[in-house]
Amino acid sequence: MPITGHPRHLQDGYDVVVVGTGPAGMAAALGARDQGADRILLVDRDADPGGILLQCIHSGFGLHAFDEEITGPEYAQRYLEQVLEHDIDVLTDAYVMDISPERRIKLMSPTVGITGLDARSVVLATGARERTRGAIHIPGDRPSGVMTAGLAQRMVNLDGYLPGRRVAILGSGDIGLIMARRLALEGVEVVGVFELLPHPSGLMRNVVQCLDDFGIPLHLSTTVVGIHGRHRLERVTVAPVDDDLEPLLARSWDLDVDTLLLSIGLIPDAELARELGVLFDPVTGGPVVSGIMETSLPGVFASGNVVHVNDLADWVSRESRVAGEWAGALASGARRPAEDVRLIPGDNVAYVVPHTISRDGTHTVSFRVRQPIYAPTLLRVGEVHQRKVRAVVPAEMVTLKLAPQMLEGWTGAVLRIDAVPAEAVVR
Amino acid sequence: MGPSRRHDVVVIGGGVVGITLARALSRYQLDIVVLERDAEVGFGVSKANSGIIHSGIHADPKTMKGQLEWPGNEGWLRLRDDLGFGFAQVGELLVALSDGELRTVEHLHDQGERKGVPGLQRWDVDRIRKHQPNLSRDIIAALWAPTAGVINPYEAVLLIADNAAANGVEIATEQPVIAIDPPDPHEPDGPLTVRTPTRTLVTRYVVNAAGLRADEVARMAGVGTFTITGRKGEEYLLDKRLAGLVTSVIFPCPTPTSKGTLVIPTFDGTIMVGPTAEATDDKDDTATTPEGAQAVFAAARRLVPVISQRDVIAEFAGVRAVAEGDDFILGPTARRGFINAAGIQSPGLTAAPAIADHLVEVLRDEGLELRERSDWRRRAEHPVRFSVLSTQEQEELAAQQPDFAKLVCRCELVTKAEVLDAIDRGARTLDGVKFRTRAGMGRCQGGFCTWGCLELLAERRGIPITEVTKRGGASWILRDREDAHAAPTPGS
Ligand SMILES: Cc1cc2nc3c(=O)[nH]c(=O)nc-3n(C[C@H](O)[C@H](O)[C@H](O)COP(=O)(O)OP(=O)(O)OC[C@H]3O[C@@H](n4cnc5c(N)ncnc54)[C@H](O)[C@@H]3O)c2cc1C
Repeated sequence: MPITGHPRHLQDGYDVVVVGTGPAGMAAALGARDQGADRILLVDRDADPGGILLQCIHSGFGLHAFDEEITGPEYAQRYLEQVLEHDIDVLTDAYVMDISPERRIKLMSPTVGITGLDARSVVLATGARERTRGAIHIPGDRPSGVMTAGLAQRMVNLDGYLPGRRVAILGSGDIGLIMARRLALEGVEVVGVFELLPHPSGLMRNVVQCLDDFGIPLHLSTTVVGIHGRHRLERVTVAPVDDDLEPLLARSWDLDVDTLLLSIGLIPDAELARELGVLFDPVTGGPVVSGIMETSLPGVFASGNVVHVNDLADWVSRESRVAGEWAGALASGARRPAEDVRLIPGDNVAYVVPHTISRDGTHTVSFRVRQPIYAPTLLRVGEVHQRKVRAVVPAEMVTLKLAPQMLEGWTGAVLRIDAVPAEAVVR
Repeated sequence: MGPSRRHDVVVIGGGVVGITLARALSRYQLDIVVLERDAEVGFGVSKANSGIIHSGIHADPKTMKGQLEWPGNEGWLRLRDDLGFGFAQVGELLVALSDGELRTVEHLHDQGERKGVPGLQRWDVDRIRKHQPNLSRDIIAALWAPTAGVINPYEAVLLIADNAAANGVEIATEQPVIAIDPPDPHEPDGPLTVRTPTRTLVTRYVVNAAGLRADEVARMAGVGTFTITGRKGEEYLLDKRLAGLVTSVIFPCPTPTSKGTLVIPTFDGTIMVGPTAEATDDKDDTATTPEGAQAVFAAARRLVPVISQRDVIAEFAGVRAVAEGDDFILGPTARRGFINAAGIQSPGLTAAPAIADHLVEVLRDEGLELRERSDWRRRAEHPVRFSVLSTQEQEELAAQQPDFAKLVCRCELVTKAEVLDAIDRGARTLDGVKFRTRAGMGRCQGGFCTWGCLELLAERRGIPITEVTKRGGASWILRDREDAHAAPTPGS
């Protein structure tokens, strides 16, 4: 894979600086170019552009963006080629230390030292990070061999090592499911996936293709309650949980494993946004964004997993394109649309992104439900729009398109999004 | 290696006691070796404790513990001035919730004053509330001891070890002492021979600072006059969000076996609650337990009601080395040249500098000539901590050395240059790098930097990445692909 290196001359000022070169960052940079932004810089702390895609060597990417199923690195490659064709500067191995509210960016890299540069617009596309053992408090020892599924994925896929020989996986997030299959293919024994909730938190297609097809058991309503091993992990204790998610210790059992992978969720890696003091959504853990993916600080945009954890890279690219287009347009002197409609989560909806929209634009609205409904479900956008779907589950993000004509004649200021069983709706 | 050179002092155990003693001895013209069983120094109980440098009010002045507690506190101040690790005298507040406890407060106030602990004050409810508004409304009075402080125990031990090494002390890790040979029958007072699986050392003096294993080491020398039992303590670190909940160490009234469960504003600014005090047959048992957590939080909530188990972000346990008589065992033995520093339970961290001074005198009494060195370096050369430098200093460093512009850990802003320096200073494991540089201690808990640290350790030490461990022994981190199909080796 041809990796760019460092732009020969870092310019002092850019129209658009995009932090992060995953699917979000690259799509945003291209969007900015579409809107005529001239000087665009993509920055990444890793040595190679592509973000987390580079370690996702499984297929399942691109079905929406390219109408075909490709792997993560291929997906990154396609975007990177476009980025290079469009003469966008790419600076890797560079860590953005700080961004001022005036959009002065301070970064460090072995090639340029510590440098400051100004941007008319900034797009934060820094993705998400994995939740760790500290987030869930499992009693016991603290041996080696307990790690996030993502770290194991990087070891196996990028560097060709194995995390262990007998593995249990806590949490049924997508990375954990994918790693179950990946390790099984490597000859590692995967004794099971243990999920606290009564339903899987990863995509159904991953449950089928990664567990069922490999005979790996999925234990729902079960969790790890003990970790044993002075040096290396030797054993974990698992137990079913009751309706309040409290472990039933009397029914616990032990598993001899040398590795425990944690796939217990992602959280937006939004530290730069936090330091900038922008508004946050406590549910997503990411910044509040407008219909053009701008944060509460003018000129600072955010998109992709740093805003809310998506389940497909394709969704990230789409949303980031919007962020990049507007970052570019604003840098070129365009005016931002008036946004006077608020979107808020209603019945059985955990969060909605974006948080505000304009009446006269077309918007893709993304949200997640709180509880699964395995029956026809009505998705309602206030009084202006509704759509029926076959089922909804928290693992799968739901998207709806809102067009200006739907809002014609409607004069309200708040649209509540609901996801309720279709039968229960009395019309 | 054969017994080619004769050492003056071999210190067995690289915990805070052994390391502080080695540093104290390093100012004299002596050949000193510290033998540490683990891959890193200070990774025994010296890393897993509350990090409190006690004021000195607690221990009975008739005991060694009581005599060395307050001088130890003063010793830490001097060590801090020399070496510059973090030690903040945040003060302690010992609170009473009943009339019975009030009497304990009075007793400790009295005892502290007799021991010369400065600044003690009795506080009433208004004063308590003014300074610590988050404490329980059931508290009726408190004893304020301003000299109590908090440190990062591992940081302190590592800096003391670095300084000792800079002054010529050899610190050898992964060197468990397995035998101390009986002396030559013709020369019963002659030198001692200390063996590890890979080395044999001949020395005039041995100091037994082997913590939980000090009884075994004493038996090796033929002077097994005591046994060490374990008393485990669990500690729970709370979310950074709660920083500032209390600004001094909050103590309940003590029980006969423990100072009770404390609420501690750690040197790093996070709040920690603990420890428990449970007898354990298994000295290596550092597992946290649901019962321990329950006990800690029930006790902590008596002091600070808003504390909740939901805020836990990390937990650990340490085991205190308790000898019969419940006191430190310091001094010579029937085996000439073999000196004990055993049973160093709480307040061992506090007392360590005073224990070291005491042992230097013991060694002198036993005939060790102490001639000051003219080239002794009192101060340590500090590892650079990039994250705390000014912007200008950061820019200059980064311009001079590209490794200072290469980020390894982003949560704690640790650069490649710092990780390499830590390895050069002796870090051999992932945890060794972590505790020296803070890489991996931040909010992503190593998710981002683990791989980078592994690669740097392998590269700098010239070993395959599969041989890098978390903290030595069998704590391997990854395997070669081919190994997946191989039969598992026993015990791993
Ligand atoms: C939960 C808890 C909280 C505490 N809080 C405080 C506090 O706040 N303040 C305070 O003053 N004290 C505190 N203490 C007590 C304090 O931590 C100890 O007293 C002190 O750290 C003891 O230091 P050490 O060097 O004797 O032991 P260690 O740190 O255990 O050092 C002994 C070393 O010897 C090595 N060793 C053992 N056998 C051999 C061998 N055969 N060959 C070579 N090496 C060997 C071990 O590997 C170890 O590194 C606490 C203790 C606990 C458990």
